[in-house]
Amino acid sequence: MRFTLNGQAVAFEGSGARRLLDVLREELGATGTKEGCGEGECGACSVLIDGEVVDSCLVAVGQVEGLDVMTVEGLALQDGKLSHLQQAFIEHGAAQCGICTPGMLLAAHVLLEQSRRLTADHVREGLAGNLCRCTGYTKIIDAVLSCRK
Amino acid sequence: MQEVKYIRPKSLADAVHIYRTTPGCRPLAGGTDLMVMLHARALRPEPEAVLDLWSLAELKGVRRAGDMVEIGAAESYTGIIASRDVQQHLPALAAAARTIGAAQIQNRGTLGGNLANASPAGDTLPVLLAYDAVVVTDRRSIAIDKFFTGYRETALQPDELITAVRFPLGRRVGFRKVGTRAAQAISKVVIAVSRHPGGAGGARIAIGSVAEVPLRARRAEAALDRNDVEGAIAAVAEDIRPIDDVRSTAAYRRAVTQNVLRELLESVRT
Repeated sequence: MRFTLNGQAVAFEGSGARRLLDVLREELGATGTKEGCGEGECGACSVLIDGEVVDSCLVAVGQVEGLDVMTVEGLALQDGKLSHLQQAFIEHGAAQCGICTPGMLLAAHVLLEQSRRLTADHVREGLAGNLCRCTGYTKIIDAVLSCRK
Repeated sequence: MQEVKYIRPKSLADAVHIYRTTPGCRPLAGGTDLMVMLHARALRPEPEAVLDLWSLAELKGVRRAGDMVEIGAAESYTGIIASRDVQQHLPALAAAARTIGAAQIQNRGTLGGNLANASPAGDTLPVLLAYDAVVVTDRRSIAIDKFFTGYRETALQPDELITAVRFPLGRRVGFRKVGTRAAQAISKVVIAVSRHPGGAGGARIAIGSVAEVPLRARRAEAALDRNDVEGAIAAVAEDIRPIDDVRSTAAYRRAVTQNVLRELLESVRT
């Protein structure tokens, strides 16, 4: 089966019932995506499928055949520079242990694409499916809000 | 370890045929329940294959059809929340869908999955009961109050697929979920209440997380049909069968059910 991963065509041979999370990490070397709970509770494994944020532990890889998957590796700009949002996370101290960070970045990326008038409440609601056990969210929310266009 | 086979049908007719003729096959939609259990190898019997219904066009969409709204079994909660027909005619369903998980789960969760999984804590299920929804399958229609037959058991035949849910229009439904936080919480108690337009009988009081199934509180409904609000609030404690578990206690659930019922009855007063 074939799909697009961060703009590159990729192919995978094996059961389509495997978790997208495992195929990304173990077969395609995209280890930026982290496993937290494995039950759809924590959002650490969030990726984008055709621009929608999903938990990759809940997706069978067969379900992304022919679709566009974006992981945290796809956020950086073409020349390898970090995106505005990634840079903002660093500047605001919005990451500590880092396990939630890839998922946070992707969920926040969707929010910033969807709306130009984000408030802190929108960000809190939009990131409600991403749990962080270190920073207490305030710095994460500040980082996202600093990227409003 | 034997790998589970992945089957992607080309059409609903193809899916129905495969499901009838493939032993050990489990339907898969958004995966929010099934993928967790599959990975934990917690399904009994262990499936040999999953039948992926997620992308079947026949199971998607929200349609207005005469005096009802029909929602495809594999439409996502995000699609349901965004539907103008749902916002206009089924606002309590939109409200319930917004309380499910957060964006990641709303983008994948479906009514068909919530029904087939038949968790007593399924957030949309009391709403379906309060709207008198009808579960449509590949072969028949099942009234929602006949659908839940036991703990995680349904009226579905072993080879029967849910295709849609139909909602008759006209009921005003109030909804409230009580959990530990606003998002990503499994309900301690979830309630939907409806009084028939005009107030002449036909009350619906449907509650989740208080018994082995999402249930209709029949004694409380009968009291409400006599316009006896206090009687309904007293009777609901007899209708439910809550237990102590990791999320709450029976005593808390009983008290909260009565308090929330009072609040909802005020909100849907006709």
